[in-house]
Formats: sequence, C-alpha cells, structure tokens
Amino acid sequence: MDKHVIEAYERGWMYFSLLMILVFLVFIGYTLSGYAFYVPDAARRIDPTTVRTGGFPQPHVEEVAPGKYQAYVIGQAFTWLPSEMHFKVGDEVTFFVTSPDVQHGFYVHGTNINVQVIPGEVAKVKTKFKKPGEYLIICNEYCGIGHQNMIGRIVVEE
Amino acid sequence: MATLARKDAYADFPVKKVSLYFITLGFIALSIGTLFGPFQALNYANLNLYPWLQKILPFVKSYYQGLTLHGVLNAIVFTQLFAQGALLYLQSKEMKMLPQMGVAWAAWWLAFVGLVLAAIPLLLDDATVLYTFYPPLKGHPLFYIGAALIIVSSLVSVYLSVELWHRWKKQNPNKPTPLVSYMSVATWMMWGVAAIGLVIEAVVLLIPWSLGLLKGVDPLLSRTLFWWTGHPIVYFWLLPAYVVWYGILPKRTGGKLISDPLARLVFLAFLIFSSPVGFHHQFADPGIDPFWKLVHTVLTMMVAVPSLVTAFTIAASLELGARAAGGRGMLGWIKKLNWKDPIVLASTLGAIAFIAGGAGGIVNASFTLDYVVHNTTWIPGHFHLPVATAVTLTHMGLAAVLIPHLTGKPLVGLRYFRAGVVLWFTGMMLMAIGMHTMGLLGVPRRAWISNIAPNLEGIYSSSAIWMVLNGIAGTILLIAATPIFYVLFATLLQGRRLAPEERPELEFTEAISGPEGRRSVMVMDRLYFWWATALVIVLVVYMPTLIRIWSTFVSAPGYRLW
Repeated sequence: MDKHVIEAYERGWMYFSLLMILVFLVFIGYTLSGYAFYVPDAARRIDPTTVRTGGFPQPHVEEVAPGKYQAYVIGQAFTWLPSEMHFKVGDEVTFFVTSPDVQHGFYVHGTNINVQVIPGEVAKVKTKFKKPGEYLIICNEYCGIGHQNMIGRIVVEE
Repeated sequence: MATLARKDAYADFPVKKVSLYFITLGFIALSIGTLFGPFQALNYANLNLYPWLQKILPFVKSYYQGLTLHGVLNAIVFTQLFAQGALLYLQSKEMKMLPQMGVAWAAWWLAFVGLVLAAIPLLLDDATVLYTFYPPLKGHPLFYIGAALIIVSSLVSVYLSVELWHRWKKQNPNKPTPLVSYMSVATWMMWGVAAIGLVIEAVVLLIPWSLGLLKGVDPLLSRTLFWWTGHPIVYFWLLPAYVVWYGILPKRTGGKLISDPLARLVFLAFLIFSSPVGFHHQFADPGIDPFWKLVHTVLTMMVAVPSLVTAFTIAASLELGARAAGGRGMLGWIKKLNWKDPIVLASTLGAIAFIAGGAGGIVNASFTLDYVVHNTTWIPGHFHLPVATAVTLTHMGLAAVLIPHLTGKPLVGLRYFRAGVVLWFTGMMLMAIGMHTMGLLGVPRRAWISNIAPNLEGIYSSSAIWMVLNGIAGTILLIAATPIFYVLFATLLQGRRLAPEERPELEFTEAISGPEGRRSVMVMDRLYFWWATALVIVLVVYMPTLIRIWSTFVSAPGYRLW
C-alpha cells in the first residue's frame, strides 16, 4: 500500500480518536450538570480518634423534613453502624459516613452510591430510593481479615 | 557449537550482564507472585483453597496475604525490574555506548536488598496491607523501607538512562536521538515525575510513622500522594511494552513503522500527560474538589489518544509485514504473521487484550460512570488486561529472545513456551470476562468471599455462572504459567552456550518515514524542556489539593487488623 494512503488513514484515525474522546467528555459534563448527585462530597474533616467519643453523632437516621432523611453512618472493622436502616420508596436520604479506624468502602449494592470511607473525612452523599427491596451495604475497600463480612442492610418499603 | 568460558560471556558488552540480572530477578519475583493468582481466581469461584495451601506453604495465613504478595511481586517488582533491565540494554545497544556500569550495578543491588527486606514482613504476614498499602492499616517498617529502596533503585535507573542520553547527545550534536533510545529516555523521565508522590509518601509519612517517630498519618493525604504515582505507574509498566511493539515487534514479522516522528509524538504525549491524572482513582473520595476531579478526567482522556494511535500504527505495521510475506484479504493477512516467533505471538496477543483493556479504562476514567464499578471486581478484571496480559505477555515474549541473545544460551522448548503463551492469553481473557461481569453485578474486589460468614452465604449468588468462569480461568492460568516459567528458567540454568556467530540477533524496526530533516523531531528531541513541562503540569494540578489537605493534617493512628 502506498505510504501516503496509510498516512492519510493514520491522520484520519487520530482525528477520529480525538473526536471520540471529546464526545465522551461532553457526556461526562452532561451527567455532572444534570443528575450525578451521587458524586460524594466532603462534609468536613474530623479527628478519627474522636469519632466514637462525641466528635461525630451517634449512628442514627433522622427525618429532617417530610420524606427527607439524614443518616449518620460509622464504618468500622468489620461492621456498619447502624447495621440496618429503613426507608420508604421516594425518600431522599443524605448519608454522612466516616470511619474511626481504617479505610472502608460504602457501596450500596444496586445503586451508584460508592464512597471511599476515609478516617479524617466525613463523606456526604445523597440518593433517592426508587425501588422497594433490600439493599446490601457492601464494604468494598480492604479493611482487614474480616473485610468480606462487613455487610450492612438498607430496607426500602413501599 | 562451542562452549565459552563463563567469565567471558558478557565481556563484549558488559551491560548485558546487569540487564540479565535485572530481568532474572524480575522473573523470580513474577514466578512467586503468579503462584498465588489461581488461588485468588478460585476464591472468586467461591472455592476456599487457603487451608489446603497452608499445608504446603505454612507461612500463608490468608487470602489477603497471598493477594498482597501477588500484587507487590507482580505489579510493582516484576514490571519495574524488567523495565530496568530491558530498557537499559536496548538503549545502550542502540546508542552503542555503555551506561555507567558501577551505578547500574548499584541500582540492581538496591532493588535486590529492597526486595529481600520487603519480602521478610510480607512472608511473615506482618505487612498484609495489599499493594496499595493505604494507611492507617499499618505494616512492619521493613516493608516500607524495602519498598522505598526499590523505588530509589528505579530513580537510579532514571539517572542512568538520562545520563547515557546526555553523553550521546554531546557526541552527536544536531542528530536526532535514535527512536528506541528516545522512547526509553521519555519513559524514564515520565517515571521521574510520576515517582515523586510515592517517594514523599514513603519517606515523609509512612517510614517515620511505622517506626513510631510520627504518631499518625493523614489517610487522604497519603492516598493522594499514592495515586500521584499510582496511575502513571501503569504507564511505567506499559511503556516498556510499547517500546517492544514499536521498536522490535514489526521487524520480527517483516514489517516497518510507518512514521518515526509519530512514534516519538506518542511517547512525548505520555511524558507530558501520564502524571496529572491520579484523581481518576479517587472519584469516590470525599475531600477532593469535583473541579479538580474533572481536570484529571480531561487529562486522563487525553492519555487515551496516544494509545489509540498506537493501536492503529502497530496494526498497520504488522499488516505491512504480513502483506509483504504474501498475505491477502481484509483479515486473511493475519495468517501470514510470523506467529512462530515468541515476540510476535506474545506481543500481538497482548496488544489484542490491550484493546479491551483500554476500552474498560475509558469507562473507569469517566468520572460519573466510575461509581458503577469503583472497587468492584471490574477493576482487577480491567487491569489484568493491560498489565497481566499486554505487559506481562510482551515481556515474556521479549525474554524468550532476549535471554538467549544476552547469554548465548539457546532457548529450551519453544513449542511449550508458545503453548503457554496462548493458554495465558485465553485464561486472562476468560477471567476478564468473569470479573468485569461480576463487578457490574456488585461483587467487591479484594474480598475473601469464599470464606464469608455462614449467615452471609449466597449474597453473591447472582454471579454464580461468572464465578465458574473465574475458576476455569484460574486453572487455565496455572497450567499456562508452568511451561512459560519452565522454558525461561531452563534456558537460563543450562550450561550450554552458542558460539558468538550463532547467537540470536535482536534488531530494531525501521521506519518508512524516518526522522531525518524533520523540524518537529528536533523540537521533540528537547527532552529536558518537555521533562520540565511535565513537572510543571503535575505541580499545577496537584498543589492546590495537596496544600489544602496538608494544612489541615489529620493524624490517624495505625491499625493491624489482619
């Protein structure tokens, strides 16, 4: 094949690659501006040694407005506190999650809630449960010998 | 067939010996690390073979310890040592000059001592912190000290490559750097910028902390420094394979590179864009501004472009070779590739895996999409394509030619080696399918799920079919590894050496469009300038975040939870 033909193809492929990447970036920008409320944010920094002694609220769920909840969650080796939470379909929940010991992963199975739980950070992430059922909270960051057993539950009722 | 006296074997070009030592130490590490792989695949097939493994290897206490050994030895130690050996030799050979030999041996000894020091706590289950060693999980100080020595050794290799290039430029003013050397220097310069994060993490935070000199470390700060190095390290693993794909592979099947300047541009793009991308591993982290996450996303996407160009260029140069050998048809030419050659077979299969790996990588880097896959088995499913298939197969293929070339010892059992390579590729592809799918179904990575508490059994049952696939893949990979390591080590350990004129030559690819007389090539050749540019960009995208975190330093005490 003629060298100039190949070089033309090569240039074409390069432009195509750049265009493809641009299209992907446009999609990412669109999701960010539109509905990616599940992107975690930091509520504040925290001294991890104070998490269990008053620096962070006792693990609990509270209703701040009708249908709006705030959940204060502690991930610790090897459990989630509270270990079970109950919501209704359509509830809007803001989770505040932190760790008193090592890193954990706050992954709510079947949703896009997937947050790194880092000692020193209070992570904040929002979701709206659309379907009823039982959702597992799976720790997806290695945290020690019992990591595989660090499973919590969220029950969403009709 | 003549037998040469042992001490004379490398006298013609002593860099051969130090390169061989690097490569051999790398394959020793890889053979140990690989041993644990199938047990991990079987864990994800819900088969817990660790109690049985412990009877044979009493020091193995858990899946997590095996996983730490697997990750550290394969991903960190093997890749680096192979790059140190292969790139040093290829650059020296092309430039027809020796590197500073004393310094080269010092680099080998640093890596060797570092490896031994780190291996002690790893084998004693005192550093079961995985290869990301996120604090506040706290391993034994020897682990961090050993790891730091290994990194220091890699920085000595940066010096060796740049110093050799500098000397060559002095002796050859106004000439463009030869292509393979250009790639080697660009790779090492990239690594020089990339390694800064990990060096600071290890030297300023982890070593003093593990020795008790520092009460606590900031976990987010450590993570951020880790990923400063942690993503470009992937390009540091990958680029030596690219050097083979560009610089050697086409030649071995009668092909030519289309454009020498384009190959340089690809490596220059990697030098500049590899490092300012680490936040795409931290999309799930609180405490990093989404604006900076977006900046890193854009830059990560930019790094995809040189890889996409590589896919085209390498395929085109292979096709040129195959058509010259009589290949016909849209895809029929593929049959005419020189599949008998271990480099052609292993690199081409590796490159095919890399296409799938690259596509998955774009998913991971797509900010808002990453939450679907973050820390699920999708992630190890992904990186086993670029690292464990593309890079590892390419290095194995090169070793099958390079070891005979360096030592003069003929390769033992090429047929077994080729069978092993095909099986390795097959096993990795099957495992990747299994792990990617399980990840989408929500199975977490790095979890000893085959040893889950009885009340939790069955929570991953929706992945049952894919778990079976993992088990099959792990078994295939164990079978694949056996002939590959046998051939490489049997070749090394035999006493037979070929006469100098019978030794296999290793030639570099020629290009249809060369570098001569191109202004762009001379601009790209100003590597010190581009190196400084790369450093400035990485500082710009990291400093605002690092300064903010450091100024509110959180002191987290360490834990040993394994």
